[in-house]
Amino acid sequence: MSHDHSLNPETMPSEPEKATQEGKNKFIGFWFFLGGETVLFAALFGTYIALRNSTADGPTANELFGLELVFIMTILLLTSSLTSVYAMYHLKNNDFKKMQLWLGITAILGFSFLACEIYEFTHYITEFGFTFRSSAFGSAFYALVGFHGGHVTFGMAWLIALMLRNAKRGLNLYNAPKFYVFSLYWHFIDVVWVFIFTVVYLMGKVG
Amino acid sequence: MKGWMGKIRAFCLLGLTAFVLSACGKENLTALDPKGYGADQSFNLIILTTIVMLFVLAVVMVVYTIVLIRYRKKKGQKDYIPKQVEGNKTLETVWTVIPIILLLIIAVPTITATFDLADESAASDSLNVQVTGNQYWWHFNYEGQEIQTSQDLYIPVGEKVYLNMKSSDVIHSFWVPAISGKMDVNPENENTMYIEAHEEGVYWGKCAEFCGPSHSLMDFKVVAVSQDEFDQWAQDMQNVDPEAEPEDAVAQEGQSLFQEKNCMSCHAIGSSPAQIGPNLTDFGNRSKLAGVEDLTKENLVQWITDPESIKPGNKMTGNYPEVSDDEAGKIAEYLLQLKPTDITPESAQ
Amino acid sequence: MSTAASQKRGFGTVLWDYLTTVDHKKIAHLYLFGGGFFFLLGGLEALAIRIQLLQPENDFVSAGFYNEILTMHGTTMIFLAAMPLIFAIMNAVVPLQIGARDVAFPFLNSLGFWLFLFGGLLLNCSWFLGGAPDAGWTGYVPLSITSPGHGVDFYVMGLQIAGAGTLIGGINFLATIVTMRAPGMTYMRMPLFSWTTFITSILILFAFPALTVGLFLLMFDRMFGSAFFDVGLGGNAIIWQHLFWIFGHPEVYILILPLFGVFSEVISTFSKKRLFGYTAMVFATILIAFLGFMVWAHHMFAVGLGPVANSIFSLATMAIAVPTGIKIFNWLATMWGGRITINSAMLWTLGFIPTFTIGGMTGVMVASVVADYQYHDSYFVVAHFHYVIVGGTVFGIFAALHYWWPKMFGRVLNEAMGKLTFWTFFIGFHLTFFIQHFLGLMGMPRRYWTYLEGQQLDLGNQISTVGAFFMAFGVIVFVINAIYTAVKGEKAADDPWDGRTLEWSIASPPAHYNFKQMPLVRGLDALWIEKMEGKGRLTPAEPLGDIHMPNSSFLPFMMSLGLFIAGLGFIYQVNYNWAYILLFGGMAIMLGSMLARSLKDDHGYHIPKDELEREVD
Repeated sequence: MSHDHSLNPETMPSEPEKATQEGKNKFIGFWFFLGGETVLFAALFGTYIALRNSTADGPTANELFGLELVFIMTILLLTSSLTSVYAMYHLKNNDFKKMQLWLGITAILGFSFLACEIYEFTHYITEFGFTFRSSAFGSAFYALVGFHGGHVTFGMAWLIALMLRNAKRGLNLYNAPKFYVFSLYWHFIDVVWVFIFTVVYLMGKVG
Repeated sequence: MKGWMGKIRAFCLLGLTAFVLSACGKENLTALDPKGYGADQSFNLIILTTIVMLFVLAVVMVVYTIVLIRYRKKKGQKDYIPKQVEGNKTLETVWTVIPIILLLIIAVPTITATFDLADESAASDSLNVQVTGNQYWWHFNYEGQEIQTSQDLYIPVGEKVYLNMKSSDVIHSFWVPAISGKMDVNPENENTMYIEAHEEGVYWGKCAEFCGPSHSLMDFKVVAVSQDEFDQWAQDMQNVDPEAEPEDAVAQEGQSLFQEKNCMSCHAIGSSPAQIGPNLTDFGNRSKLAGVEDLTKENLVQWITDPESIKPGNKMTGNYPEVSDDEAGKIAEYLLQLKPTDITPESAQ
Repeated sequence: MSTAASQKRGFGTVLWDYLTTVDHKKIAHLYLFGGGFFFLLGGLEALAIRIQLLQPENDFVSAGFYNEILTMHGTTMIFLAAMPLIFAIMNAVVPLQIGARDVAFPFLNSLGFWLFLFGGLLLNCSWFLGGAPDAGWTGYVPLSITSPGHGVDFYVMGLQIAGAGTLIGGINFLATIVTMRAPGMTYMRMPLFSWTTFITSILILFAFPALTVGLFLLMFDRMFGSAFFDVGLGGNAIIWQHLFWIFGHPEVYILILPLFGVFSEVISTFSKKRLFGYTAMVFATILIAFLGFMVWAHHMFAVGLGPVANSIFSLATMAIAVPTGIKIFNWLATMWGGRITINSAMLWTLGFIPTFTIGGMTGVMVASVVADYQYHDSYFVVAHFHYVIVGGTVFGIFAALHYWWPKMFGRVLNEAMGKLTFWTFFIGFHLTFFIQHFLGLMGMPRRYWTYLEGQQLDLGNQISTVGAFFMAFGVIVFVINAIYTAVKGEKAADDPWDGRTLEWSIASPPAHYNFKQMPLVRGLDALWIEKMEGKGRLTPAEPLGDIHMPNSSFLPFMMSLGLFIAGLGFIYQVNYNWAYILLFGGMAIMLGSMLARSLKDDHGYHIPKDELEREVD
C-alpha cells in the first residue's frame, strides 16, 4: 500500500504528530475537546464551591482532609506530567524505546496516584462514614474528585492500550498523533488536579 | 416622569383593542389594568418598552416595504447585475448607535424600578406575612399576630405588605398580576417581596412556576380591604375558638366526624401551626373551594370523597380514612359554617 | 438522490450503506430524516396541547398526561428536531462551502448522528415504558427529583446520550473549518453560513458540558441517592437552574445563529448582491455568541437573585439587541438596490425578517427586569420564544431546505407546494402565537393544563388553536412536496440559483469525494468572482491526483447502541437487579467498540487518479 510508505518515511519530520492531515485534525480537535472539558470541570467546581459548607451535620472538610496524603498524590501526578513531557521529547526525536520507557514510568505514577485515591476514599467511608449520600457536600466532593479520578482511570486504560498496540511496530506518522494527544490529555488531568488541590483540599483546611 | 407616563398610560389604555379591554373584568386578573404598586411599575415599563420597540419595528417595516416594492425583479431585468456594495461605514454606525441610545432609554428606568421593588428597608415597620407554597395550595402566617390562614390572603389597602416566601416542596411562584409581578417561592431560601393594592378588591393569584399535575389549579386570592376592616378581621381571627360548637345539629355531627376521621392530623382550625393541609379557620368565608371551584356543599362533598377528581396529584388523596357521601355531607356542613368573622371577600368591594 | 441508485442496489445494500456511512452528505440525509421524524412527533404533541387548551376546563387529556406532552414537546423540538435539522444543513453544506472533501473526523461525524438518534429513541421509549418525563423541558428540581416513575430518568439518559452526539458534532465542525479550508479560503473569505457554523460550534463546545454536568447531578440524585438538590441534606435547587441556563441560553443562539447564516446566503443569492457589511455581520455574530454566555440569569429574574444581579443581567441582555439589529439592517441593505427574485427559499427569508424583528422586540421587553416580573413564565414568554425559535430557526430551516435541496438530492422542490407551505404556515404561525402575548399579560401562566371560565382567556386560546392547525397543514404539504419531488421532481442543474459560493461549482448531488481537484479561492463569493470574470468555474489549486477517502464503519452504530442499552440499565437498576446486565453489557459493547476502533488501524482508501480521469466532468 502506498500510504504505508508515506506513514513510515525514512526520516521522520520534526513534528510527526502534525505531519499528516489526520494528525493536524486530531491535534486541533483535541484542543477543542479539552476546551469543552474545561467547562465540564468548571461546572463541577462551581457546584462544589456552592455546596462545600452544606455538610448537614456530617463531617466537614476540615475534619476529613489530611494534607500529607494529598501532597503525595500531587507530587505523583505532577511528576507523571513531567515524565510524559520526556516521552514526547523522545517522540520528536523518533526514539521509540525511550518514549515507551518514559510512558511506562508515567503509567506507574498514574496508577500510584489512583491507588492513593482509592485508599483516601475508603478511609473517608470507613473512618468517618462519609459517603456520596452523606450530605450535599459529600455528593459534591465525590462528584468532583471522582470525575477527576475517572479521567485518570480512563487515561491509564488509554495509555496501556496505546503502548501495547504499538509495542512491536514502533513509531510512525499514524500513531504519533495518538501518543501526542494522550500527553495533551494527561497534562489537562494534571492541571485539573492542581485546582482540586487548591479549591478542595487547601481551602477545605484553611477556609 | 410619573406625569408623562401617566398620560401615555391613559392614552394607551384607550388605544388598546376591545379584546384587551374585555380582559379588565371583575376578576382582577389581568396585568394590563394594574391596581397595585408593583403592577404599576411593571406596566409603565411594559408601555415604555412597547413604544420604543414599536418605533424600531416601524423603521424596519418601512425599509422592508420599500425594498420589496422597488427592488423586486422586473421584466426585462434578466441580465441586470446590481452593483456589488461592500458596506457603508456611516450607515452601519447609525444603526449601531441609535439602538444603543434607545436601549439606554429603557435601561435607566428599568434599573431604578428594579432597586425600588427590592427595597426592604420598610419591612420591619410593616405587616409581614410568611407565605408557604405547597402542592397545590398557599399558606399565610401573619408574623407576630397568631393568625394562620390558607388560600385567601387578606391585606389592608394602600399599605405595603411584606411577604416572606418559602416552599415546603417544589418551586412555586407567587403571582397576582393585577397587584404585582411574580417572585419564585423556593424550598431552600426565603424570598421577600412586597405588595401594595391601591383599591379594595379581590385579586386573582396564580402559581407561575411549573409544580406538577395541578399547577394550573393552584389559584389563590388576595383580598384587599380597608384598614379598619382589616383590623376587625385580624381581631376576629385571633379570637377564634377552634373548638366552638356549631349551632346546627348536622354540623355538630360533622364536627365530631371531622375529629374521628383524623382530619386534624393535617388540617388546623385556629392559629395552630400544623399545616400539612390548608388551615380551615375561615373556610366558610373562602372565595373559592380548592382555589378553583365554587364554594358549595355539593362541590365540597365531591372534594372530601374524591379530591383527585378536582386536583390531580394532591397530597390528600389516599391519606385519610374512607368517608361516605353522607358523612362527607355532614363534614361539609361543619366546614361551611366556619365563619369566624364578618369580613369576607364580599367586604372588599 | 440515492433513490435512483437504490432501485438498482436493493434495499439491504442501501440500508447497510447508511448504517455504516461516514460521508458527510449521507450523514446529512440521516440527520434530515431523523430530525424530520422527531419534528413531526413534536408537532403532534403541539397539536395535542392546543386541542386541550381549545376551551376552558377541557379534559381532552388528563393533567398528568398533559405535563408529559408539554415536556416532550419542548424537549423533542429543541434537542431532537431543531438541533439535528441544523446539523443536517451544516453537514450537507459546510464542507462544500469551504472546499473540503469531507469533515475532519468522518468517523466521529457518524458517531454524533447515531448518538443523537439513539438518545432520541431512548427518550421516546418512555412513552411505552410507564410514562414520559413530566417536569418540563427545563427539568427544574425539586420537581424533577420528586417526579414519580421513570419518566425523568429517560429524560436524563436520553439527553445525556444525544448531548454527547451534539458535542462531538460541534468539535468536528470546529476542526473541519480550522484545518480543511480550500487553498485561498481565508477566514474572511468564508461564506457567512460557514462562519455561523463555526461560531455555533464554539457555543456548542462551551455550553453543552454545563448541561452534561447538570444531567449527571440529576442522574446521581435520582438513581444513586446523592444530595445535590436535596434541601434536607444541604442541597440547593438553584444550582440546577444555573447549570441548565448556562447551557440553555447559549443553546438559544446555537439554534438561531446557523440560520442567520442561511438567511445571509439566501438574501445575497436572490438579491444578486454581495452581502452588505460582511465584516460587520461576522463580528456581530461573534458578539452575539460572546454575550450569549453572559446573560443566562435573565431566565431567573424571578428566582430572587437580588437587584444587582438582575440589573447586570438585564443590561447584558439588552446589549444583544445591538448586534442583532445590525444584522437585520444589513440584510435589508443587501436587498436594497438589488434584483430580488421571490421563490420559496426567499419567501421564508422575507417572512423571517418581520417575524424575528417582533421576536427581538419582545426580547428587549422581557429583558427589562421589572416588566419581566409580569412576563416571566406567562404565555407572553411562550409567544416570545416561539417568535424567535419558530420565526427564526424553523423558518430558516425551511429556507435552507428549499435553497439546498437541489444540492442535497439533485432535485428541485416543487415551487407551488413550497409557496402553499409558506403561506399556510406563516399565517398559522402568527395566528397561533401573536395572541399569546396578550394571553400572558391577561394572567395566563405557561404550562397550564387548563384555564377557568370567565377569565377572558377563551377567545385568545381558540384563535391560537386554529392557527396551530394551519401550521400543521403547511407541514403536511411540505412532506408531500418532499415525497413528490423524490418521485417526480425536476432534476436540478448544478447551479440552479445562479449561486455565489463553492457548493454551486460542483455537481448536484456532488460526487462522494466532492471536489476532484481542490479549488483555488480568490475572494469572498468565490464562484461569483469567477462568473464575473467570465470563466464561470474555479481554477484548480492542485493537479489531478489520488484522492484519500475514509473507510465506512459500523462501529459508531454499535457504540451508540451500547450506550442506549446501558442507559436502560441505569434507569432500571434502581428497581431491578437484572438491569445491571443491561448496564454492564451495554457499557461493554460501547467500550469494546471503542477499543476495536483504537486497536485496528484505519488508513482509509485511495481513489486512483486514472479512475477519476475516466469519470465524466
